[in-house]
Amino acid sequence: MQNLAIIRGERLLFQGLDLSVSAGEAVALTGANGSGKTSLLRALAGLIRPHAGDVRFEGPQGKLEPEDARSQGVHLLGHQDGFKATRTAWEELLFQVQWTGGTEASARQASARLDLDRLAGLEVRKLSAGQRRRLALARLVASPRSLWLLDEPMAPLDTARRAVFGDLMAQHLAGGGMIIAAVHDPLPIAARACDLSSAMGPSL
Amino acid sequence: MNGFWVMLRREMAMAWGRGGGPLLALTFFVATATLLPLAVGASPARLAAVAPGSAWLALALASLLSLERLFERDYEDGTLDLLALGPVPLEAVAFAKGLAQWLTNGAPLALAAPVVAVALGAELRLVPLIFLSALIGGLGLAFTGGIGAALSLGSKRGGVLIAVLVLPLFAPPVIFGAGAIEAFAGGLDWHPALGLLAAYGLAAAALGPFAMAAACRNALS
Repeated sequence: MQNLAIIRGERLLFQGLDLSVSAGEAVALTGANGSGKTSLLRALAGLIRPHAGDVRFEGPQGKLEPEDARSQGVHLLGHQDGFKATRTAWEELLFQVQWTGGTEASARQASARLDLDRLAGLEVRKLSAGQRRRLALARLVASPRSLWLLDEPMAPLDTARRAVFGDLMAQHLAGGGMIIAAVHDPLPIAARACDLSSAMGPSL
Repeated sequence: MNGFWVMLRREMAMAWGRGGGPLLALTFFVATATLLPLAVGASPARLAAVAPGSAWLALALASLLSLERLFERDYEDGTLDLLALGPVPLEAVAFAKGLAQWLTNGAPLALAAPVVAVALGAELRLVPLIFLSALIGGLGLAFTGGIGAALSLGSKRGGVLIAVLVLPLFAPPVIFGAGAIEAFAGGLDWHPALGLLAAYGLAAAALGPFAMAAACRNALS
């Protein structure tokens, strides 16, 4: 991304932000509450349009159309996980995995990996916040998409699960994946830091 | 294309699953029609004259019921973010939603429409045409209704807003649908009205998804 600026409402969140991420790299976005971490992630995912600057994607064969890159190569995990409260964990996981390009087999593997098999038949509303987050992470693991955009991914996880999540991220990076994560606590893997507060613009 | 089927299957499963969407609409449909004799008087001659038109009016109102859930729940729980990053564009997602809305709400209502009309005193020979017009009309109701549902995203009291946005768009199907039945009952040529009803439905199915997708993108940004 180059010279990126985002305005929400009447407020300039940041401007002149340059950041590039290449295969195998992780970036930890930091910044105070309201500094624009979530907005930046949503702009990268194409959900909001930046006020200035642009976001470009490159694949092994050169430049990619942003629509193609986003529809096949980007996972966004925000504060809301998109699970329907009255459907079972397995139904919801399977839909999200198939929707983002994975298969039933890969969903089963991810479910085992994140220790979700016991919960598969439960309705989503009966899961705890940490269990829901593991369900959401299973989607990332099960469908192969190279760029993970994570918004506070670890907040509801317990210590043991944070370690598992660290392994999953390390594995994703080792496979040539990329991670951009908005965090308050440090990530359990090596990551380049990017502080949004330093890209703060003058108020409009 | 695979993504489209995944989407359609989910929409169908959710509509038939919990929440009783079709049942609620059906009950509302029957209840509205039951009020008619109380409002205009129970004289069979008078009821029979207005039966097809009243069935169509109740049908249009019942079609409004489940619209609020069409996009609103996906918007509130973050599913719409995921849908926007899917393998098919949001236009295809909107088409799948409209189609599922037609199959799970329009089709059951179309089955109930002749029953309701006959109960109100419509002649039995009208039954096939009432079913056909309700089924074809349901396509237009589902897709124009979807536009209203997408436009009202993020507003408080979306349900009321949808009704206000969508009811004017329901005027043509009500005119053509009830008109075809009236024409047939009166021994006139009913094909043009049914043709216009089908044209309206197809146009809504072709253009509606673009409007719905644009409204969703706007709500997300």
